[in-house]
Amino acid sequence: MISEEINEIQNIEIRLFLEALFQRYDYDFRNYSQAHIKRRILHRMNLNNFKNISEMQHRILYDPSFVQQILLDLSINVTEMYRDPSFYAAVRKDVIPILKTYPFIKTWHAGCSTGEEVYSMAILMKEEGLLNRSQIYATDFNHKVLKTAKEGIYPIDLIKDYTTNYQKSGGKESFSNYYDANYNSVIIDSSLKKNIVFADHNLVTDSVFAEVNLIICRNVLIYFNRELQDKVIKLFLDSLTPGGILCLGSKENLQYSAHFEMFSVIDAHEKIYRKEYRH
Amino acid sequence: MSESKPTPLFKPRAVVIGTSAGGVEALTKVFKGLRPGFSIPILIVQHISPTSDSYLPLHLNRLSTVTVSEAIDKSVISESNAYLAPPNYHMLVEEDKTISLNVDEKVSYARPSIDVLFETAARAYGRHLLGIIMTGANADGALGSKLLREMGGYLVVQDPINAHISTMPEAALQVAGADYVTSLEGIIDFLNLLK
Repeated sequence: MISEEINEIQNIEIRLFLEALFQRYDYDFRNYSQAHIKRRILHRMNLNNFKNISEMQHRILYDPSFVQQILLDLSINVTEMYRDPSFYAAVRKDVIPILKTYPFIKTWHAGCSTGEEVYSMAILMKEEGLLNRSQIYATDFNHKVLKTAKEGIYPIDLIKDYTTNYQKSGGKESFSNYYDANYNSVIIDSSLKKNIVFADHNLVTDSVFAEVNLIICRNVLIYFNRELQDKVIKLFLDSLTPGGILCLGSKENLQYSAHFEMFSVIDAHEKIYRKEYRH
Repeated sequence: MSESKPTPLFKPRAVVIGTSAGGVEALTKVFKGLRPGFSIPILIVQHISPTSDSYLPLHLNRLSTVTVSEAIDKSVISESNAYLAPPNYHMLVEEDKTISLNVDEKVSYARPSIDVLFETAARAYGRHLLGIIMTGANADGALGSKLLREMGGYLVVQDPINAHISTMPEAALQVAGADYVTSLEGIIDFLNLLK
């Protein structure tokens, strides 16, 4: 049973919980969307039958193994191959011609989760003849999802939807060329992996690690409050070469950001932006 | 639970509406019936296909003086506005009365989910919230309605006999009960009595 009073107490407990997680383990969720964090923390509290969030805070301080569970709860790992096919169609039409003018292309997938969208873009680049002159960085703060991304093994029952998405996105081949099926799973073709480096990077607490031509960060910023969004957009700005391209999720917006004037709009609907050449 | 028409004694600071199958017709009637100048902000989850276009907000926007739009992440909830959750995104209310969107797992098989909107709005607005559950073919919204009432909010449920599909109102009544059960016309009258 909830009441306005208990809700208020839970708000205090959540602030303390996030502070504990940060001070003890350096994971900083303090500037995430509060409504999101609260739902996820309360969900875990109920699943594990904690009496209250304070009890869960005690557990997290004294039991490092419990932190991995909390990280999974709080991170966003809902993804699919060629999610939003119209976005990939727009990349083919408006971004690839720009990338083709470069001798070498560095791409950064920020918050890559389990890798489905990384491989989607790698396939697209391969079909456009760009994969061989590409370096792709795929980063996430969560080691468990990075491991899955690196393996590139996905449940076979999702392939039908992925194939439909691939076709809608303007895919040029038979999608089955890109994976080997094996009982209940598929494994992504190893030729797609050879230019990809999977690495641990936390958008909230880490800084620039490379200068890149293309950043793809979709449906990550919506989990942050506005202040943190701006901080991360600044990180992207500093990581992009002049003329470099930033792709966000379809409900994410650069136009309210303090750094909006540093970008021009390539596709307002698909949220594709380009860093201006002036500094 | 009350079947008789109550006189609203409070002015809610926001209205949340949840509906699924049959909801487009029901929402059309509600917005057509709203009195001019209705100013309390309205947040709506209508279950909708992930690939649907932006027809619904444009359509509803033409029906009353309320400005209806697809919700934008981080926007401030404002008077005389109604916000529809975008297809394939959950819509959450922050306690600073702004909107957050996200792509978390489906809840009650739905994204957007009525439970997610009702729960977060209930925590943000407490007893200053009015919830409305209308026609629909699943049980999404029932748990959110329960939390809304526990937080002191006021819940109106469309009479299952009157609903196009009765599953959603029935589930809400079973899990949460209601402060007022009435027809679609009764819902419109109730809204228009609010200051």
